[in-house]
Amino acid sequence: MGMTMTQKILADHAGLKEVHAGDLIEARLDKILGNDVTTPPAIKIFEQTGSTRVFDKDRVIMVPDHFTPNKDIKSAELSKCMRCFAKEQQITNYFELGRKDMGIEHVIIPDNGLILPGDAIIGADSHTCTYGALGAFATGVGSTDLACAMISGSTWFKVPEAIKVILKGKPGKYVTGKDIILHLIGMIGVDGALYKSLEFEGDGVKHLSMDQRLTISNMAIECGGKNGIFPVDEVTLAYIAKTNPGRFNAKDYKVYTADEDAVYSSVIEIDLSQVPLTVALPHLPSNTKPACEVKDMKVDQVVIGSCTNGREEDIKTAAEIFAGRKVADGVRCIVIPGSQRVYRKALDEGWLKIFDDAGCVISTPTCGPCLGGHMGILAEGERCVSTTNRNFVGRMGHVKSEVILSGVPVAVSSAVMGRVATPDEI
Amino acid sequence: MSVKGKVFKYGNDVDTDVIIPARHLTSADPKHLASHCMEDIDADFVKNVKEGDIIVAGSNFGCGSSREHAPIAIKASGITLVIADSFARIFYRNAINVGLPIMECPEAAFAINQGDEVEADFDTGVITDLTTGERFKAKPFPEFIKRIIDAGGLISYTKMKSEA
Repeated sequence: MGMTMTQKILADHAGLKEVHAGDLIEARLDKILGNDVTTPPAIKIFEQTGSTRVFDKDRVIMVPDHFTPNKDIKSAELSKCMRCFAKEQQITNYFELGRKDMGIEHVIIPDNGLILPGDAIIGADSHTCTYGALGAFATGVGSTDLACAMISGSTWFKVPEAIKVILKGKPGKYVTGKDIILHLIGMIGVDGALYKSLEFEGDGVKHLSMDQRLTISNMAIECGGKNGIFPVDEVTLAYIAKTNPGRFNAKDYKVYTADEDAVYSSVIEIDLSQVPLTVALPHLPSNTKPACEVKDMKVDQVVIGSCTNGREEDIKTAAEIFAGRKVADGVRCIVIPGSQRVYRKALDEGWLKIFDDAGCVISTPTCGPCLGGHMGILAEGERCVSTTNRNFVGRMGHVKSEVILSGVPVAVSSAVMGRVATPDEI
Repeated sequence: MSVKGKVFKYGNDVDTDVIIPARHLTSADPKHLASHCMEDIDADFVKNVKEGDIIVAGSNFGCGSSREHAPIAIKASGITLVIADSFARIFYRNAINVGLPIMECPEAAFAINQGDEVEADFDTGVITDLTTGERFKAKPFPEFIKRIIDAGGLISYTKMKSEA
């Protein structure tokens, strides 16, 4: 019986010739990561077990990004706990605020060349599935799993069933990876891929840049997916040639392809040319509508950034659309480049000037408002159009506030119009 | 082993942001987390919940963030069991890892009402609604998961394995 890409990666990492959906396996891990919210509890567990060293200081990654720069004393204590542990364990990939390679974990980890095709990764953050864009297996776990993996370098998995998502054709103007993944989540629901892998393929993939693919894989979790994986093609190889030339030149990575007779529990086809600019209305990412059908919703705030949409292409697109325009009266627009590198690029290219001229807040990289942490919390009755990934009740602040998810072009247009809007209106 | 308690009933897609909002994640202390458990979906939960009570919910319980604080908050609030139509996968792992008993049983999730008295047997998977007299059978755990549960969670299991 044939295997999917995900199943092949898991089989190899478990030292098995073949695995089938439903098998429980123990797999070795190439990278293990945590952030300032999930790592401190893992450190406590690590210490409780009597462990003294992590299994490999080069394979454990720690990124302070959720409540940073620290919003209060308690969050400062969390960051301090992780910083001290990283120092004591000589963790190679601990990323300090403000440094060139720092930022939001799922933006910087692939951009720093830490993920290669064929890798198996777990992270104590649900959006760890982002790295599927590079043809790797990556999934989120909790702090106990993180602690045990820091000790052993391995973890258990149930081999997932798969959904094949065939992407056809070319997306229309302003239609981004965000619109495509929101469209898919709208089709199958927030548990449409529960316990399963999403395996993207089709001739439409070649039209998607790496930043677009990272956005799509990032939100696999929002339809319950264990992971969301893309085939490795020229776009992927060009990306790793840039981000990790050493391992690229040494061909130190592995390209997996699905078997012809791989088994899928279902197959979904999406014609990218028909995907509209899409928004997800409160309070579920599956509550989607074409943006052009939602034009009477006033907004108080717009957030552009996050591990979903804080990459270079996102910030560039935002600057291009904002150029010469202003944020509407009564709207706060917060732009958060996803990494220090993206921030610097925005500085060098003059994008920050455009945002400043438009009347935007420009923030240092942080998860901040996405999870209702800081840097843009909503009051009762306020509504935000956001390029982040969740619009659950109370996600960005008051339990009676609302978040509408969108891609960057709709977010910028909404900031300019003061209501949900599309680029053709501005 | 069996548990018996009064039911708090919720719908589908109860996410980890309403189980324990991120504004409370600056501490992982179970007592602190329990004092805010479910507050964005049920402001009276903390006031009304008693040791031994049971949560019954629809599909995709615990969707969203990977925060292990969510099952810890539920467990520390006194809840001894969560019965759902289905669980989001990270929550499922986390619940087992922190020792919060969960049972997947669509029939029970549908039929049991808010405030019912329910008894559940972890060994047999039998769930009894003592208020209505109805009986249900939960999906059994895979053997491997049972071994983690029997060991008392993933930490003890990892320890046992490394000592073996």
